[in-house]
Amino acid sequence: MARTLQLTPLHDRHVALGARMVPFAGWDMPVQYEGVIPEHKAVRADCGVFDVSHMGEFEVEGPRATELLQSALSNDLEKIGPGQAQYTLLTNDRGGILDDLIVYRLGDFRYLLIVNAANREPDFRWLKSRELPGSDVRDVSDEYALLAVQGPRAIERLGLPEAKPFTFAEAEIDGIECMANRTGYTGEKGCELLVMAEDAGALWDRVLERGAVPCGLGARDTLRLEACFPLHGNDITGDTDAISAGLAWCCALDKDFTGAGRLREIKGSGPERRLVPFVMDDKAVPRQGMAIAGGGEVTSGTHSPMLDRGIGLGYVPANASTIGTGLTIDVRGRERRGHVVKRPIYEREE
Amino acid sequence: MAATETYPEDLKYHTEHDWARIEGDEAVLGITWFAQDSLGELVHYEAPKEGDSVAKDSPYGEIESVKAVSDLIAPLSGEVIEVNQKVVEEPETVNADPYGEGWLVRIRLSDPAQADALLDVDAYKQVVAES
Repeated sequence: MARTLQLTPLHDRHVALGARMVPFAGWDMPVQYEGVIPEHKAVRADCGVFDVSHMGEFEVEGPRATELLQSALSNDLEKIGPGQAQYTLLTNDRGGILDDLIVYRLGDFRYLLIVNAANREPDFRWLKSRELPGSDVRDVSDEYALLAVQGPRAIERLGLPEAKPFTFAEAEIDGIECMANRTGYTGEKGCELLVMAEDAGALWDRVLERGAVPCGLGARDTLRLEACFPLHGNDITGDTDAISAGLAWCCALDKDFTGAGRLREIKGSGPERRLVPFVMDDKAVPRQGMAIAGGGEVTSGTHSPMLDRGIGLGYVPANASTIGTGLTIDVRGRERRGHVVKRPIYEREE
Repeated sequence: MAATETYPEDLKYHTEHDWARIEGDEAVLGITWFAQDSLGELVHYEAPKEGDSVAKDSPYGEIESVKAVSDLIAPLSGEVIEVNQKVVEEPETVNADPYGEGWLVRIRLSDPAQADALLDVDAYKQVVAES
């Protein structure tokens, strides 16, 4: 039976702009307006805005909120104070990645978690079932909309002050109050604006008036892949671990979060395979699920608008994961050559 | 640069959104406006080689956008005598001009009578309307 798709508070605006809408994680979302490539290039050159209101938001509060989160999340929460944010992983007891998310420390005893749309319900159940007396987890997703405003001119166009990455503050844009998070998924400067759902339409309109180009999920994917940000469900899953995925940097292995022991073992013995970024030498577009000769697999692939060639992320045997190593991908029965590159695949020169 | 929606009257169409321009015992093949619009900006053309045989209703190559790949279905049978290298180099040519600069291959027909089974423009427009 078809399940009704959820609509963000900006849905009418996407339709009015002529966006092509697609189902994504249970939501009816814009995949593109003008086209993936012009939207991608707008973000690299100037400023684009994405409706990412489908993402989930949880508030975790109470005197034992830190204890609860530190037992569930991989990164070291003590590294951030109020006004700071952190990329972190929700892990299972095998060290697998249930989700990747950003935790915002609102206060000493209060946090906001922004999680992937597809994982909102399982993440919430996971955390809720681990609540301690003195820690309360609430799903507040429906109260908020989230607009990612990204690009070298994003901050200037919004009239916001410069601030360090992974910080946040209350802000007002043309009279609309929001929380301006200096985070994103494009590899560019910019912010993600968390706004009350009822104010989302007005904020979207003001952001467009300020010159941001509306961008869909298509460009969001090509941008994140050029920046080598993993996508949960593709590159990282409950069956892949942070060490193999190159995410050891966000795992505080001296802590006892769920699965930390297993991750220490993997780190000690060295992972059998590693997630690497690669660029195609032959003309071909790699896609998720394609085999890499020698026992590897593509987990994300696309055409890079900036490099004008195929790029991707994939797992390869650890002994074939060094930068420059050639790889052969089975593109629907044809052998196509590429090579491992360093992260990120694309970075704009300042 | 995207073209506006058109379906020229002088072409024959296949239900898989391919067109053929028949010129004597040869035909030029391509994809329709509807096909390129559905796929979005094209980024790769996996072309057949000159001399390859193509069979009516079977794939003869692939065309790929940022998000999706699609088989190219031959509306007619024959032998490939020319591949449009401009599209190999710049696949977005198909988006800009699907019936002109964005043609894909020229074939020598092995069974010109097959053309009788193809759709005329009105019949093809009906296919598009129902897609």
